[in-house]
Amino acid sequence: MDDRRLETIIGRLLQTGVLLAAAVVAAGGALYLVQHYADHVNYRHFAAGGPAVQTLSGIIQSAAHLNSEGLMQIGLVLLILTPVARVMMAVVGFLLEKDRLYTVVSLIVLLILTFSLIHAT
Amino acid sequence: MTVWEFTAFVWILSTLAGFLGALTGLGGGVIVVPALTLALGVDIKYAIGASLVSVIATSSGAAAAYVREGFSNIRIGMFLEIATTIGAIIGAFLAGRFSTHALAIIFGLVLVQAAYQSFKSPPGDVLVESDALARRLRLASSYPVGGKKEGYGVRNVSAGFSIMFGAGALSGLLGIGSGAVKVIAMDRAMRIPFKVSTTTSNFMIGVTAAASAGLYLSRGFIDPRVAMPVMLGVLGGALLGAKVLVHAHVRTLRMVFAFVILALAIEMIASGITGRI
Repeated sequence: MDDRRLETIIGRLLQTGVLLAAAVVAAGGALYLVQHYADHVNYRHFAAGGPAVQTLSGIIQSAAHLNSEGLMQIGLVLLILTPVARVMMAVVGFLLEKDRLYTVVSLIVLLILTFSLIHAT
Repeated sequence: MTVWEFTAFVWILSTLAGFLGALTGLGGGVIVVPALTLALGVDIKYAIGASLVSVIATSSGAAAAYVREGFSNIRIGMFLEIATTIGAIIGAFLAGRFSTHALAIIFGLVLVQAAYQSFKSPPGDVLVESDALARRLRLASSYPVGGKKEGYGVRNVSAGFSIMFGAGALSGLLGIGSGAVKVIAMDRAMRIPFKVSTTTSNFMIGVTAAASAGLYLSRGFIDPRVAMPVMLGVLGGALLGAKVLVHAHVRTLRMVFAFVILALAIEMIASGITGRI
């Protein structure tokens, strides 16, 4: 396995992940539009949306109840996970290449990402 | 404004932003955030949250296309991501503490820099020799030029690394990819060929944004009602843009785009100072 092949696999994986995430967001979005198209909205002042869109468990629960906002949000979470998957793939790829330096480099990046995502749990 | 009107308008605007952002390499965020805040009166925190997820979509979505062209350098990208992700987390922490006005003003200043950057042409000559640190990190590689492979060297790794930390912090603070700053680090400091630095930067942007996404999510910056049309629009536009990028002569377009950004920058700064944002 060389770098080019590794990158090609990672690129494909990312594209698939993004399309999947976009499909979920679009499905949730369609449901949201059907249910709320005539509602009036105003985003002038920021107010956090609550656990149903802010925490992973809340989002999963809300999506499981086919709530349109929950569905859109879980699609967005999937999207956020695509770069994380990319870094994981790179760790595995560099391991297979027996490239110790870059295995460590990608592990560090993975660690930093995990630290951040833990905040949303 | 009704949900239907808001969603349709934001979607169209985001598609345009994604398309131009991909063509010029500046990303959709630099247009989406000012458009949402200035034209639609959306609170900047919703805007940067929506922009951040669209940045991830663009980066991950275009990765396959860029890889096929053989320009991006995964080692350079991964190494510099250590700097950008740490920066992004710090930036995202700060985004929660800064006032809306302050965010608008900083955003405007970053836009001014991005516009200024667009007027300058990239350094043309490619260096073949790497310096000691770049050699130790095995950053040098080759890229296709007119059908055959041409090798390039890498310099000033520590300067590039530091600038990348700043790029990450801005990305986390403002929900943008900060492609313009990344290009300074790779193009100007590290002397990486232009096509390599822009495509590698695109690859890095998603990972950088993912580092602040967890914090954004837990703060409620990512509101699906706003982020949905932004993400779908920017992604669609960017995929279209990436298709024509490799063939397009983007210099003129970049100039026009720079003027648009400059105008938005002035408006953002003025709105931030007068308290309209």
